[in-house]
Amino acid sequence: MTSWLKNLMKKRIMWPVGALVVLILVNVLYRPSFLKITVLDGRFYGSLMDILRNSAPLMLVSLGMCLVIATRGIDLSVGSQMAISGAVALTIISHSPTPNSLATVLGAIGVGVLITLLFGIWNGFLVALLGIQPIIATLVLWLAGRGIALLITGGFITTINSAPYKTIAQGNVLGFPVEFLIGLAAIIVVVLLVRRTALGVLTEAIGINPAASRLAGVRSRGIIWSLYGLSGLLAGVAGILYSSNIMAADSNAAGNGIELDAILAVVLGGTSLAGGKFTLGGTVVGVFIIQTLASTVTFLGVPSANVSVFKAAVVIVVVVSQAPMVRNWFGRQFRSSKTASPTATPVAMERTAA
Amino acid sequence: MDVAPIVEVLGAHLRFTGDVALDDVDFRMFPGEVHSLMGENGAGKSTLIKAMTGALRLDAGTMRLDGKVVSFSGPAAALHAGISTVYQEVDLLPNLSVAENIMLGREPRRFGHIDWALMRSEAVKALAVMGIDVDPRSPLSSHSLATQQLVAIARAISRDVRVLILDEPTSSLDQDEVSELFRIIRELKARGVAILFVSHFLEQVYEICDRITVLRNGKLIGEYKTTEMLRIDLVQKMLGSDSANLTVIEAREQSPAGPGGRKAVVAARGLGRRGATLPTDLDIFEGELLGVAGLLGSGRSELARLLSGVDISDTGVLTVHGRRRHFRQPRQALREGIAYSTESRKVEGIVAELSVRENITLALQADRGWIRRIPRARQDELSVSWIEALDIRPADAERRAGVLSGGNQQKVLLARLLALAPRVLILDEPTRGIDIGAKVEIQRLIGDLAANGMSVVFISAELEEVLRVGHRILVLRDREIVAVLDPDAVTFEMLLAIVAKADGDD
Repeated sequence: MTSWLKNLMKKRIMWPVGALVVLILVNVLYRPSFLKITVLDGRFYGSLMDILRNSAPLMLVSLGMCLVIATRGIDLSVGSQMAISGAVALTIISHSPTPNSLATVLGAIGVGVLITLLFGIWNGFLVALLGIQPIIATLVLWLAGRGIALLITGGFITTINSAPYKTIAQGNVLGFPVEFLIGLAAIIVVVLLVRRTALGVLTEAIGINPAASRLAGVRSRGIIWSLYGLSGLLAGVAGILYSSNIMAADSNAAGNGIELDAILAVVLGGTSLAGGKFTLGGTVVGVFIIQTLASTVTFLGVPSANVSVFKAAVVIVVVVSQAPMVRNWFGRQFRSSKTASPTATPVAMERTAA
Repeated sequence: MDVAPIVEVLGAHLRFTGDVALDDVDFRMFPGEVHSLMGENGAGKSTLIKAMTGALRLDAGTMRLDGKVVSFSGPAAALHAGISTVYQEVDLLPNLSVAENIMLGREPRRFGHIDWALMRSEAVKALAVMGIDVDPRSPLSSHSLATQQLVAIARAISRDVRVLILDEPTSSLDQDEVSELFRIIRELKARGVAILFVSHFLEQVYEICDRITVLRNGKLIGEYKTTEMLRIDLVQKMLGSDSANLTVIEAREQSPAGPGGRKAVVAARGLGRRGATLPTDLDIFEGELLGVAGLLGSGRSELARLLSGVDISDTGVLTVHGRRRHFRQPRQALREGIAYSTESRKVEGIVAELSVRENITLALQADRGWIRRIPRARQDELSVSWIEALDIRPADAERRAGVLSGGNQQKVLLARLLALAPRVLILDEPTRGIDIGAKVEIQRLIGDLAANGMSVVFISAELEEVLRVGHRILVLRDREIVAVLDPDAVTFEMLLAIVAKADGDD
């Protein structure tokens, strides 16, 4: 086995990328048109474009989730926050005398996203300052969020007619869907924010060893707090995308269950739920796996009752293939027999030693 | 001796990534005898216990139980063979009842259901042996830590126990509870149980133990009868006095003996923290090398943690450069130029999954805040120059810090703090568990730093080392400073006597 292939095998991100490639190959096998992109009226069409476009809300939510998970946390409230931002934005537009003015729409979006930012900060307050377990702290808003959204819309599904708002999810710029471009922009902004500053490495330090980070003078509290805020903000934008797609604020359906898909995307991408090292690239691939899977299921005509079983099967394969035991086993198959014996002391022992 | 040992460990050897935890250790326990395992932090006591109870597996060496070679697959197997352990941290389930905790894992059953009445009566029986009177139905968490500790012991001895291991059982008990525990230990001893009693309270060891095995840095120092061992000799064996590396270090530079005209950088007046440090007065002078000596449990680390904001003081005043400071976070102390290097490298020092470069620049980056990232070129420059200056091996800045040996991890930690250019550097056992070469290098480095005007507080369990390195020596015992010494005026034996408090007993 050549060395570059070995190095490739070692890279964690290769596993999710491999899974995505296999998934795409399966699709190509069943529908050769899968990879085809046609240009019509200066716009790109095709299954791949659909996947890129539809993945945007999950992408936004997963990027935030990835950073929160890196701090040893979790944010269950993202779906509910999507409902809130949609409800706020659409209520403002529907009450406005000028629903078609760009200023109204931008203002409505601004307020909607600002409110979820505040809710994210609330989550951060519970976790970072009060020290409540993240899963419980964010469960509060997971429960209450949809109620708040319903209160805002008065219990109805608010629908609107607003051309600028419709453009967000359904418009095109330079032939690309706006929704996709927003997702792309989010990836770029978050990656720059995390890797061009020291936010990423400090977040990893906190996630790997909080005690050591404290002794080194890292402001863990502030960092954890702002990451929950960021997660809220991204969920807010995702909620705007969702409501723009259906031009309605459906507080019960918006982002329903998306928190679990986001966690799955993060884990599929190779970031451990135990916190610490994270990979935004892996998370992006994880989102595409989930979205491609959804598209595959629809195309293969899997009866809707069986969709979750099908999804579960794929997830099991990907997750199991990433388990340390399986990875080590694969590693041993590829290694020559001379170097086969791994170190005598497993990591678990190092931890118990103290 | 005509009695055969009940437990015998021969040639135990165990390594954790890079560090030797046990190196060819022999250990044995006799029925009806209380045996104590003594040693400082990192001597290998806990590791040996874990190996005996099946929690860890030895790389090499054998263990015999009743003369037969055994190898436990896990703690359950050891328990089944009659080896019960009570760990230092109570490992019970606080939200279950006392009875459930005692009978955990072997609940009496009737027709497939738990027989609650029988379970309670069994638990009451076990508690009665211990002489503790608590309601077996009450949740464990409603009781004091001491009672919980006693419940843990009741649980251990309610089985058919032949070997009982008590890992620092008295650290949370008061005087009466300790004597109650000792009464139980004597009863078990009379029943022929072999008991391993680990404690750093010398008084208790001398009161209850028949035999002492001393470990140091993972090596067996020896096995002794308590009656034939003077306390001062025991302490010396625990702390060691290897004169092997004495010659390597050049004679300490002649420095102005007394702090004379020098300014105090840090001054503590009545600084203390309940349960950890008694109110303490202390000055740290500019450019001095302050050695701190004391046994485990003397409060040496606790004092360092108060000075550096790791723990929060609840009495007294701390002034830094003449200004009053009350640190609530290590960050605040770092801002004032006080850097603390922890004694537990793995737990709160190294960020194992980050690279050496990221570890070295961590504190500096934290100081700059997350927005102003240290440019990558500067990071490389910094880490390369520190790797070179401290001779960190392998000289690879991108290597995961967790895979380095103990000595090199210590150097990475030092580099992290030195990159901040602190004015006061507090080193808590920087030379523990690292090989002799790295040790000498670190000692030399400390001397250089002080010569350049940095104040260095050097805490070590090795008296030789403190004596050799320090300009002034602080001795701690029972959570307070008992002496401040001039190293030129004291001998190793004198220091040992003060540390061990040889007067008044023996």
